Amino acid sequence: MSDDANKTPKRSRDSISNTLIVAIGVSLVCSVLVASAAILLKPRQLQNEEEFRQRIILDVAGLYDPAADISSLYASIEERMIEIASGEQVPVYLVMDGSRIEQVILPIEGAGLWSTMYGYLAVENDGNTVRGLQFYSHAETPGLGDGVDKPAWREQWPGKKLYDANGQPQIEVVKGPAPDGSDYQIDGLAGATLTGRGVSIFVRRWIGEEGYGPFLKTLGQEESR
Amino acid sequence: MNGARKVLIDPLVDSNPVTLQVLGICSALAVTTSLLPALLMCAALTSVCALSTTAISSIRHFVPNNIRIIVFMTIIASFVIVTDQVLRAYAFETSKQLSVFVGLIITNCIVLGRAEAFAMKNNVGMSFLDGLGNGLGYSVILIIVATIRELFGAGTLLDYRILPLVSDGGWYEANGLMLLPPSAFFIIGLLIWAVRSWRTQQVERPEFQIHEVHRTEVL
Repeated sequence: MSDDANKTPKRSRDSISNTLIVAIGVSLVCSVLVASAAILLKPRQLQNEEEFRQRIILDVAGLYDPAADISSLYASIEERMIEIASGEQVPVYLVMDGSRIEQVILPIEGAGLWSTMYGYLAVENDGNTVRGLQFYSHAETPGLGDGVDKPAWREQWPGKKLYDANGQPQIEVVKGPAPDGSDYQIDGLAGATLTGRGVSIFVRRWIGEEGYGPFLKTLGQEESR
Repeated sequence: MNGARKVLIDPLVDSNPVTLQVLGICSALAVTTSLLPALLMCAALTSVCALSTTAISSIRHFVPNNIRIIVFMTIIASFVIVTDQVLRAYAFETSKQLSVFVGLIITNCIVLGRAEAFAMKNNVGMSFLDGLGNGLGYSVILIIVATIRELFGAGTLLDYRILPLVSDGGWYEANGLMLLPPSAFFIIGLLIWAVRSWRTQQVERPEFQIHEVHRTEVL
């Protein structure tokens, strides 16, 4: 198989000039290859990222339809920046029904068990009733903590209330099954108690005074007026 | 022609990079929880391996000995980046699951090993077949492991339900261990055992021989 070992021109190959020529030549060819691949494929990649984000937002709002075009569905959603207690500007997404806000979609993130979990929480225009919760990025345990992505678990969120009558955040993921008819409690995931605890903590923090609390209260008051 | 055929077919079983040479284990553990990402990973590694052995073989007469490994790495890394970019453009969702592992093909010993051991000594055509064969050899193992893990871990294949789960009213209780990395170790171990029982010439000679000690020798 190795027939051509003696054909190799040995004398010049290891010289300094040849070393430099080969090093520079290989680097040039490779960088052109990599750069052109990156530039040519960039528009498509950005479009993918954007469509994925839009799809998650539509999905959590219950508006996603696999048959329809994502960008035309997304056109009904209005993006707005709000300021939270820390002075930070965060985007929220408003689903409009004419001039009325129908529901709001709030980006949330926080520590699960292994990873930072990123997702969206959709809340009705009363500022209290959950429409849905979905994560788009996390690295929880496969088969256990990643149950947060399972439809069976996510379906429990719609209809739950975030706050009690005194405006205190009450929503939580319990350990084991939640009591029947509970307004605030979500079933824990078997084998993923810590993921559930993480979700409870950061969802409550985001809907509290430091997060979207004030925004949701204003929204609720406007609606009841 | 027989030689070319041997170069292509040999790595599938007789000198399989995973089961005989025990290379590329890291990604074999990481991307085999379900079949779709495993297939994509196979395609990525096979194309990188075939392209880089071809490229390296074509410049083998000019590459100076003292910088050859760096030259290999540059070429391999470039093909890996291109592959990664293509996946992100055309297989976005699955490439998210593969995350860092496509990038880690750069460090996959199979690719560098074939470049050094084969592509530097053989012509372009043979090197292409060797790269392709070794990529396919890796793929065979990944596909077997991923099929077992997805089928018994989640009851599905390519997300198509095969075994109805108890939690959805079926009869199959999903085996959570299959979804965790250790199960890939067990499955690859069992595969190596199976292949070596079938092809006994692959069994390695023990490194140490424990021989019987007679009491008289000790005394």
